[in-house]
Amino acid sequence: MKKRPNVTIKGTKDGLTLHLDDLCSYQDLKRELDSKLSAGYRAHEDRQLIPVRVQSGNRYLSPEQKEELRALIRQKKNLVVDSIESNVLTLEEADKLHEERQIITVARMVRSGQILEVPGDLLLIGDVNPGGTVMAAGNIFIMGSLKGIAHAGCKGDDQAVIAASSMKPAQLRISDCYNRAPDHIKSEEKHEMECAYIDQNRHIVVDRLQSLIHLRPDLTRLEGGR
Amino acid sequence: MGEAIVITSGKGGVGKTTTSANLGTALALQGKKVCLVDTDIGLRNLDVVMGLENRIIYDLVDVIQGRCKIHQALVKDKRFEDLLYLLPAAQTTDKSAVQPEQMKELIDQLKQDYDYIIIDCPAGIEQGYKNAVAGADKAIVVTTPEVSAVRDADRIIGLLEKEENIEPPKLIINRIRNHMMKSGDMLDVDEITTHLSIDLIGIVADDDEVIKASNHGEPIALNPNSKASIAYRNIARRILGESIPLQPLEENGKGVFSKLKKFFGVR
Repeated sequence: MKKRPNVTIKGTKDGLTLHLDDLCSYQDLKRELDSKLSAGYRAHEDRQLIPVRVQSGNRYLSPEQKEELRALIRQKKNLVVDSIESNVLTLEEADKLHEERQIITVARMVRSGQILEVPGDLLLIGDVNPGGTVMAAGNIFIMGSLKGIAHAGCKGDDQAVIAASSMKPAQLRISDCYNRAPDHIKSEEKHEMECAYIDQNRHIVVDRLQSLIHLRPDLTRLEGGR
Repeated sequence: MGEAIVITSGKGGVGKTTTSANLGTALALQGKKVCLVDTDIGLRNLDVVMGLENRIIYDLVDVIQGRCKIHQALVKDKRFEDLLYLLPAAQTTDKSAVQPEQMKELIDQLKQDYDYIIIDCPAGIEQGYKNAVAGADKAIVVTTPEVSAVRDADRIIGLLEKEENIEPPKLIINRIRNHMMKSGDMLDVDEITTHLSIDLIGIVADDDEVIKASNHGEPIALNPNSKASIAYRNIARRILGESIPLQPLEENGKGVFSKLKKFFGVR
């Protein structure tokens, strides 16, 4: 039986896709990649950069190995690595990913001087009192009233939103934007069921909750359903 | 085995010492054996409010540093037959003279002999506060209807909730001025309790008699005719487990009709 090549090159309209075999040794793979790229694409005349997507299948590539492959491919005049994809994640990465994606429910009051920080989305059952702070890498949903500071997308996610049953914050922060309450709030204004997000001008806007349905359709995580 | 209740507030000047003195007095009036402990080392004044200043021989720091026995330092209140005692704070040192563990040991010792230990906490959240809460089983947070006092109460409640040995704190709203609450110039009772979201154990109206009584070294709770006195006595009875409705803040003499309306729940 003829051995399948360790490196298969496929051309797509967006550039090249390299399928790397996931059973051979890493050394073999590197050697074959080097020779294949040198042989086949030397003749390319037009000097346009060709983006390359690398798919390593079920092989785990450490950050160093990824860098090595990137360097190897970049040496070939007009190739540039667009992405390296693998089916494999380390447990650590998977945990982190899971953490970032889950909604963390907390039932408590966040009082003056307290800071509550979560890695994913925050669902707070309780109030954030003046002087208290809630932070989340993702979105913040507050079932009670927000009277302190809320910082959504605190790791730099501009798409993050803040929603509260009663929106009377001292400050709103999303990603690196921030916004403070007007100095004089009319007490008759209720500010019930509102949300905050970053608009096209990179300003934090407070709006009624329902506007998120159109602005952030990605908030829906239900797949399929009836 | 008695229980130790710390009276705290975060902010100064909201009436912790007055509350401690009056709750201690009111509990003693109910026939309980009470020990008041002043933990405001360096700025003591529970002894002054109680009118016991000139009887102090030893103080809390003397006890903790082993210069005397507990019973030598306790000042007996003559108005009560062996029911009310005060452990005064030292005036010459500062709060760092005592460590929380020592305080806990002391309170545990007092709990053997008394039904209630009322601990008067200093303002702030530093060493003095830590000492005061170290031995406590329960906590009462005192606030006034001012935004700054409520903000500090919120902070203190947050800290108290982290203490594992203390039950969820209860709230006293002190110095209520009814006309200002009605006109909306002051936070009202509902607003404060929903904001802080802890159980209310009593409200005390602002009453000139309280200041007068304190200056004479006679806790207002001894005077049965004042509104504030009734409020403190009611709080003491709630501490003892009785369920007593909150005293209405309105002035008396509104007639039968309004009482009837209230009875039927018509506003």
